[in-house]
Amino acid sequence: RLYASRAILRSIQRCYHNDTVNIIGTSPDKNSPEYQDNAARMSKLVSELRDKVAKIADGGGEKAVARHVSKGKLVARDRIDVLLDPSTPFLELSQLAGYDMYGSEEVPAGGIITGIGRVRGTECVIVANDATVKGGSYYPITVKKHLRAQEIALENNLPCIYLVDSGGANLPRQAEVFPDRDHFGRIFFNQATMSAKGIAQIAVVLGSCTAGGAYVPAMSDESIIVRRQGTIFLAGPPLVAAATGEQISAEDLGGADLHCRTSGVTDHYAVDDTHALHLARRVVGTLNRNTALQPPVAVEEPVHAAEELYGIIGDNLKKVFDVREVIARVLDGSQFDEFKQMYGETLVCGFGRLFGHRVGVVGNNGVLFSESALKGTHFIQLCCQRNIPLIFLQNITGFMVGRDAEAGGIAKNGAKMVTAVSCAKVPKLTVIIGGSYGAGNYGMCGRAYGPRFLFMWPNARISVMGGEQAAGVLAQITRDQRLREGKQFSAEEEAALKAPIIERFEHEGSPYYSSARLWDDGVIDPADTRPVLGMALCAALNAPLPPTRYGVFRM
Amino acid sequence: QQATAKAVQYVPITKILIANRGEIACRVMRTAKKLGIQTVAVYSDPDKDALHVSMADEAYHIGGAAPQDSYLRGAAILEVARRSGAQAVHPGYGFLSENTEFAEACNNDGVIFIGPPAQAIRDMGIKSTSKHIMEAAGVPVVGGYHGEEQSDARLRQEADKIGFPVMIKAVRGGGGKGMRIALTSSEFQEQLESARREAIKSFNDDVMLIEKFVQRPRHVEVQVFGDQHGNYVYLYERDCSVQRRHQKIVEEAPAPGVSDAVRQQLGEAAVQAARAVHYVGAGTVEFIMDAQQKFYFMEMNTRLQVEHPVSEMITNTDLVEWQIRVAAGERLPLLQEDLRLQGHSFEARVYAEEPGNSFMPGAGPITRLTAPADDATTRIETGVRQGDEVSVHYDPMIAKVVVWGPDRNTALNRLASALTRYNIVGLHTNIEFMLSLLAHPEFVRGNVHTDFIQEHHAALFPDVLVTPVQACQAALAFLLQQRSEITTKTVSPAFSQSNAFLRVNQPKKSNFMLKSGEESLTVAVEEPPSGQTLSMSIVGADDKHSVSGRLEAIEGGGAVQELVSEINGVINRTRIIHHGRDLYMFTKSGVQKFTLPEPKFVSKVGAGAGTSGGGLGAVAPMPGVVEKLLVEPGQRVQAGDPLVVIIAMKMEFIVKATAAGEVQALLYKQGDTVAKDAALVKMKFDEEESADHSDD
Repeated sequence: RLYASRAILRSIQRCYHNDTVNIIGTSPDKNSPEYQDNAARMSKLVSELRDKVAKIADGGGEKAVARHVSKGKLVARDRIDVLLDPSTPFLELSQLAGYDMYGSEEVPAGGIITGIGRVRGTECVIVANDATVKGGSYYPITVKKHLRAQEIALENNLPCIYLVDSGGANLPRQAEVFPDRDHFGRIFFNQATMSAKGIAQIAVVLGSCTAGGAYVPAMSDESIIVRRQGTIFLAGPPLVAAATGEQISAEDLGGADLHCRTSGVTDHYAVDDTHALHLARRVVGTLNRNTALQPPVAVEEPVHAAEELYGIIGDNLKKVFDVREVIARVLDGSQFDEFKQMYGETLVCGFGRLFGHRVGVVGNNGVLFSESALKGTHFIQLCCQRNIPLIFLQNITGFMVGRDAEAGGIAKNGAKMVTAVSCAKVPKLTVIIGGSYGAGNYGMCGRAYGPRFLFMWPNARISVMGGEQAAGVLAQITRDQRLREGKQFSAEEEAALKAPIIERFEHEGSPYYSSARLWDDGVIDPADTRPVLGMALCAALNAPLPPTRYGVFRM
Repeated sequence: QQATAKAVQYVPITKILIANRGEIACRVMRTAKKLGIQTVAVYSDPDKDALHVSMADEAYHIGGAAPQDSYLRGAAILEVARRSGAQAVHPGYGFLSENTEFAEACNNDGVIFIGPPAQAIRDMGIKSTSKHIMEAAGVPVVGGYHGEEQSDARLRQEADKIGFPVMIKAVRGGGGKGMRIALTSSEFQEQLESARREAIKSFNDDVMLIEKFVQRPRHVEVQVFGDQHGNYVYLYERDCSVQRRHQKIVEEAPAPGVSDAVRQQLGEAAVQAARAVHYVGAGTVEFIMDAQQKFYFMEMNTRLQVEHPVSEMITNTDLVEWQIRVAAGERLPLLQEDLRLQGHSFEARVYAEEPGNSFMPGAGPITRLTAPADDATTRIETGVRQGDEVSVHYDPMIAKVVVWGPDRNTALNRLASALTRYNIVGLHTNIEFMLSLLAHPEFVRGNVHTDFIQEHHAALFPDVLVTPVQACQAALAFLLQQRSEITTKTVSPAFSQSNAFLRVNQPKKSNFMLKSGEESLTVAVEEPPSGQTLSMSIVGADDKHSVSGRLEAIEGGGAVQELVSEINGVINRTRIIHHGRDLYMFTKSGVQKFTLPEPKFVSKVGAGAGTSGGGLGAVAPMPGVVEKLLVEPGQRVQAGDPLVVIIAMKMEFIVKATAAGEVQALLYKQGDTVAKDAALVKMKFDEEESADHSDD
């Protein structure tokens, strides 16, 4: 009877406490000129992005691909498709790596495809050389992208599968590829240390693995090689001939038969790409991963359509929008339990779910004041206390400046937020949805603050300050200097000084400039924010959470 | 008049033994149950779990698979009748149904044989005797002269007597050699001489026989019934003209285009025939009918026939019930004046066979089976269920689909509709062929004759090409199936979403290589980064198709799903079955099978995807029995060398090596039964160096 009455009480409570009142977001007037103008502008940005990616996805171009395929090989992206569970998504990272970086030399996607996908139900980091791009050789950006993928695997405890087909380091650029800490050698350091942590390292040798590259399969827990296609040797036939005079074919020197039967460098023998990838799937099937994590509650799609973001956001960073409209198009059921709604209103904080998993969201609704920073600090502490991952939606010009702000301790209050963000050990995911300037970038978990993943929208900009502000500051300094020297500083001179600075900031603040250099993990369509963050979150949850310990908060 | 004089004793029947299997055994049991009569089944080894066994109140094992070891063992069956206490035996059709000795043995054992008197079976069993009896009774018979006198004058005289057109045939003839047709008296001499010349050349013998020639004949038969009190009725005629391999595949009642007057003449002639042999029970009098609706007696079948349901449908009777009542001594439930012909009925026989391969009979497991439900106008008579096996030992008929309609067109539409809903996977059937037959304009018009399939061969076996829409549907079905296989109950739901998002900033492009029959095609599928509408194109063609859809379960449909596809703005609902890498699409013209070919490496490293080496050297082309093994392990063979001889359906097949190599193992021994596509010989092919050293 007691149970019965409790059940009744619970159902009464359920009726009384309506769970749907925390649905946020509004339906925009789609016929308004502003919405339509915004939508057209954002659509243009997104189609530019897609066009660039479509070209990048062609790899080294038609001829190189045709040559590659004629050998019975699959191109890198097709290899990944075969490796993944059918019809499941692939969170490709840094598609724009190397974009416009090497002058006339194009290195699409940095010559290497990386990302996270499901293999036999297990999320894995996949690193695939694209041999159609400069023979799969390692440019500086290739190394950086490879290392970033390994970093993601390490931070998120994800098995690594290397689809190797590379000629090794790019010799003309060896100085930028070989000697430093985060250069080529770090790849193998990572393999050893990840393996030590129980993060599986699997290599599939689908092409050459020469010199240092030979260590990728050799340092792996298990490796697979394709006959008459994969080769592994420290020195190739020309070098051997030069050194010892021995004449030997690549296959005899380091082919599948040698390594599977004689040397033991590889463990599994495949007859073609598809077979090798099939074997890699079988290896993943034997990893015996701990799956103690409970599946989350049922996933609910947002109430509001993601495509509406185009009309709400547009491309003008000076126009303000309510970040709740973005949150409403990311979280499950558009449900958001907002925290301290009436305090420090320029920072929106609150809880929701993403693909069933509990998350805390921090979003900008204007410049950060002391109150906003304190609220943010408080909220980050709450999430760490409760083991709730954090999502930062960055659209920030910076912290408030001026006499009142400084007197109110904006510096120490901002520092509190930066301390909380830095020390928080829960997974942090950042999306730059507008401006990312100055210390705002720090407080909102910019790249330096170790978010597990950081993505940018195509309308976003990132720099220490806005181009005009920077030009203004430089013009002011020049004017002061001229005045000290008793010289004139004409309006024409000022304009001539400012124009290139504004232009340079605009160029270097562009998401393509950023993404090319791996300052982020990719530029994404705003409408894809929810699935991309969802995958990033699911990947992040593979790693156990250490407790958070904070530094000194200046009071 | 004779029969009525005899005192008829009424013997109550409370238990029946059904000396048969398959659909007819089930059919008889259904009526027996309706009448409150207990049923006894008999079964052979492979039929242990057959439907007819599970339907019966009792079932007795009577021997091995071959009919002569079981269903033809009259003594064993009578022993079962004795042990089970059955008063009567229903023989069904085939097996012992027209076996005089068995009918007599029943009588001697005091068991009622549900069928005609033994004497009637005997009389009708001998063609010449039956013709004489019928001729004497005034039933029209096909005239002929088989005499020894071979003078031109005598032959002409006989031809005149038979009536033109006539066929002049060499007695030793065959394959059309030494055979001529004389349409009129005036051309008789010329044709006779021509036939003789050819016969001399071919067989060195010019003895001729003359027969009535019936042009484009129809096979029309009359259902008759007699009781022990001397009453006879006819239940109108059936047209069974459309045949392949001299076996019926589709029957209808009444015969299309037959006038009421001819109908009555047919019926009366048939009753006359039955009366002439003092017939009791259900019988069929077969006639051959020419274009002018003149008909001639062919033979009388002294059993309940496969196609009896169409007569039941148009007369609203249960002929098995009649058989039992008559056998018990009752009078016929209805007399001629009580019978009314109502509407039209069709029966289609669903066979395990390959119409495209000369109607080669098939056998094998029925992996998936979904049939339309029985209702007032549709009857499915079958003896198999999903999971059963069509055995090489028995008739490969799977089911009879029987429909009724107020008129022929309605019935025909209902038949086609029922056949499209009869979905079967696991073996080849004639459903597709049947649908193309039923849709043929001449069949729709009722212009049927026994050469129908031959005459319209080209139209009935169209080159089935996969249409772009079908290819898109197939690719969509495979894709949706893939998606449905992703488990969504995981800790990573975002990675288990199959439709919301696949690739960052770009469509997911994939190629579906499909095989359908001899055709291979590739459908290129582009799944946009978000959204549901796919873009598909057939590689080699320029057209882009915009495709979306979903899979829906069908209530009671088992494995059958409905693919709801929208292709270029047209919505279609198509039934499909997924079976491993095969997709069966049930379209209006029958079933279309699509296969996703295995990746190449599978054939290189052998089945089991990368385990042990070796290849499958030879597979059975059809189910059968291993007759002879021509090689030994260790033997070297060249491509094309014979390896194994298989006997299937009384035909011999020689299985040859596909490539040169060494025989590793023989997987069957002489006398073993093998399934279609079963691997017979394990080979190590020469080209395969090192493929057998993969992982593990």
